[in-house]
Amino acid sequence: MAIFNLNVNAEPRQIDVDPNTPLLWVLRDHLDLPGTKYGCGIALCGSCTIHVNGVATRSCQLPVSAVGNNEVITIEGLSEQGDHPVQKAWLQHDVPQCGYCQAGQIMSAAALLKSSPNPSDEQIESAMSGNICRCGTYLRIKEAIKTAAKL
Amino acid sequence: MTLIKTKIGRRSFLKTSAAAGGGLMVSFSWLAACEPMGKEAALTMPKEWFDFNAFIKIGENGVVTIKCPNPEFGQGVKTSMPMIVAEDLDADWKQVIVEMAPFNTDLYTRQLSGGSQSIRQGWNTLRMAGATARHVLKQAAAELWQVSLEEITTDAGLIFHKSSEKSMGYGEVASMAAKLPPPDAVELKEPKDFKIVGTSRKNVEGLEIVTGKPLFGVDVKKEGMLIAMIVHPPAFGLKLKSFDDASVRSLPGIKNVFSFQTFNDDYQQNYFDTNTFPELVAIVGNSTWEVLNAKKALRVEWEQFDHRSFEMDAFGNKVTVDVPGGLESSLDHMARMKELNAKPGTVLRKDGNPEEAFKKAAKVIERTYSAPFLAHNTMEPMNFFAHVMSDKAEVAGPLQAPEFIEKTLSARLGMPLENIDIKMTRMGGGFGRRAYSHHLVEAAVISQKVGAPVKLMYTREDDMTFGIYRPTYMATYRAGLDENDKLMAFHVRAGGIPESPLGRSANRFPAGSVDHYLAEEWFIESNITIGAFRAPRSNFLAGAEQSFLDEVAEAAGKDPIEFRLQLLERAKNDPVGEENDYDAHRYAGVLELVREKSNWGQERPGVSRGVSAYFCHNSYAAHVLDMKMENGRPRVENVTCALDCGIVVNPDAAANMAEGAIVDGIGNAFFGEMTFRDGVPEKSNFDKYRMIRAHEAPRSIEVHFVKNEIDPTGLGEPPFPPIFGAVANALYKGTGKRHYNQPFLGEGITLG
Ligand code: FES
Ligand code: FES
Repeated sequence: MAIFNLNVNAEPRQIDVDPNTPLLWVLRDHLDLPGTKYGCGIALCGSCTIHVNGVATRSCQLPVSAVGNNEVITIEGLSEQGDHPVQKAWLQHDVPQCGYCQAGQIMSAAALLKSSPNPSDEQIESAMSGNICRCGTYLRIKEAIKTAAKL
Repeated sequence: MTLIKTKIGRRSFLKTSAAAGGGLMVSFSWLAACEPMGKEAALTMPKEWFDFNAFIKIGENGVVTIKCPNPEFGQGVKTSMPMIVAEDLDADWKQVIVEMAPFNTDLYTRQLSGGSQSIRQGWNTLRMAGATARHVLKQAAAELWQVSLEEITTDAGLIFHKSSEKSMGYGEVASMAAKLPPPDAVELKEPKDFKIVGTSRKNVEGLEIVTGKPLFGVDVKKEGMLIAMIVHPPAFGLKLKSFDDASVRSLPGIKNVFSFQTFNDDYQQNYFDTNTFPELVAIVGNSTWEVLNAKKALRVEWEQFDHRSFEMDAFGNKVTVDVPGGLESSLDHMARMKELNAKPGTVLRKDGNPEEAFKKAAKVIERTYSAPFLAHNTMEPMNFFAHVMSDKAEVAGPLQAPEFIEKTLSARLGMPLENIDIKMTRMGGGFGRRAYSHHLVEAAVISQKVGAPVKLMYTREDDMTFGIYRPTYMATYRAGLDENDKLMAFHVRAGGIPESPLGRSANRFPAGSVDHYLAEEWFIESNITIGAFRAPRSNFLAGAEQSFLDEVAEAAGKDPIEFRLQLLERAKNDPVGEENDYDAHRYAGVLELVREKSNWGQERPGVSRGVSAYFCHNSYAAHVLDMKMENGRPRVENVTCALDCGIVVNPDAAANMAEGAIVDGIGNAFFGEMTFRDGVPEKSNFDKYRMIRAHEAPRSIEVHFVKNEIDPTGLGEPPFPPIFGAVANALYKGTGKRHYNQPFLGEGITLG
């Protein structure tokens, strides 16, 4: 066990855990931030996507010891009122079915728009190809990203 | 005017104050139904609620709470079922908040999401709930204003007496109305007067989903809660021999390690108690990571079992289930299926004299199709929260059908049903998998043993290798054409491991449209467990049959849509046999609609098109799939989909479901497959089990509904089965090669 001082959703958070603990489980079990989801644990489904310094990162493969004081943003911290352009666009297109993958999809989409404010279809497809949606909402996700780019 | 007797399910309409009860473990929605762009300010909560029936309470300020009886797994019931209540209540949807109902089948009758039946079977009850409340609101207003009931009208949460120009909100008479006895019969709206049903409303939990609120079973957390995981045999055909708990007991955070049986020895299982591995090892600890580490380190020995059999209560029929021993492999499965499929099977339906007809036929076409086992792979793996105390139990988590498991749980805990509170959380996908809730029982047994609240978590690997798969199937189709290229004989022989896909479908199209028809089936026992998977059985048959009909149409020199419509014409006017399980008019209707909307017959350079249609779960679906070859690989450009599911409650959400079913079907057609070697499932995570991803989805999908006023039928499943046929038929047009064995990836073709 070791003490870590993290910067999560713009707040300092301290935890005492095994240094190998993936950030995913620190968020979910220790910091009461269950919006980030577990889907595979091997960086292949995207459910656990968060931002580390603005970059989409799979938290299931990021040991807490590697986080340091880098800025971590989870779905809970993406916006104050659920009004990030991606969240608004998601509601406008009524994207979710079961909703389980959507936090990860939204975090991937928000990071994409930060680096490419007007992504092409190909850019969207490649940036989003790491996020599985078992319910098959891919078309709405693509449309919502295009809408968010305009908001 | 439609009058409906309120006697059916009348228990639901008795006053039920504080029906919700129980500790709040999961946060429920207190936000208004979302309108786009986050305008959804939270509604002001009333000071007092007045209960009208188990579904409806109204506050003095006019805010209405509607309870959704059935669990949500992405099919949209949490929005659409309350919409139906709100319609006959004539409520203002903006003033409606939705809550998940408690599990109580005395009040809500059918609280099961499965078989695409929620809307179909809930329709009358939900409408009645709204209509009876509206009736007493009108009655109270008539009394208050001293006018006759007939002169009272309502609109969007307001009550009017037009001639005296009086009006008020529902909230103003709610306290008075809630005291009135429900009427013996109520008037339902005519479909033409619908204002909510048939208009698109946003997902009532949309805002909570996009902001990451704890809605799911995996998100349940309670003071003092421990995390539990299970270790199950690594292969079908194995059982627990021994385990070395000392190997992990001293690891950090580990509280307990023990083995347990999911059911008591003398317990008689029901149909949905499917239990692949009756004895498991549980590891319980403080945190997920610590338990995961212990799970990896635990030393366990397994041994083969010879054979086991148990008696099962299958909906009142006692049947003996035989589970063969042995370690099975996919290669052997294929060989054995071919062997059985070459022999006559059990005849399910026979019209005319098929063998004579085949002898006389000018052309005979025969093709064999196969499909593998599939894992459901819901994005949220199996999990459940349980807190079993000495005298009562609280359990919460994702399950499609609490009514299938409550007696099982009660028997296993030795606790009366009324002391067990089952809460249904939003599910991260279901697809049939969560109709089997062994994981609930496992969580409860573990909680009882450790005397603490416990959340049982399956890893993805546990989830994918635990069985309850879609079976593997094989079918041979044979068609005989006469000298005028008219279909004169049709023969299907199908089977699977461990069930045949044909049993309930032998009376479906093209039965009824051809004079000489034969359907027969076979099956092979297995110790690999199976369960319902989005449109069970149809999800294989449709693809095989619709690919085959395409080939037959080609042999007959006919357009594939025209060929099917001609057969349906026969079924409409002069059907063969009486047991035909489809409405030929509605079947033809979706084909005609998809033909029109897809501009069928208009060739576009580089685009190959495949058509397919099917009827299942009371609804009709047809697709035209457009494919392009890009860099030598197929890419789905567009899918045009036509559906007839009667009245469409929430059109945009319904289109979303259909889009999802299409994407899901394309993914499974190309990639979906679980294989076995010596009993071991060869895929345990998404590295090997390939799922369709964003860049493989169609570029666009258009969904069209047949407009009618028929009571609604299901939608979660019907658009799924026929897409397999549309894929195969478009692939043939694009590549010149027919594909018979799913997944098509295994036949050397993959999406671009
Ligand atoms: S849980 Fe991290 S990518 Fe799947
Ligand atoms: S919405 Fe269900 S997995 Fe994406």
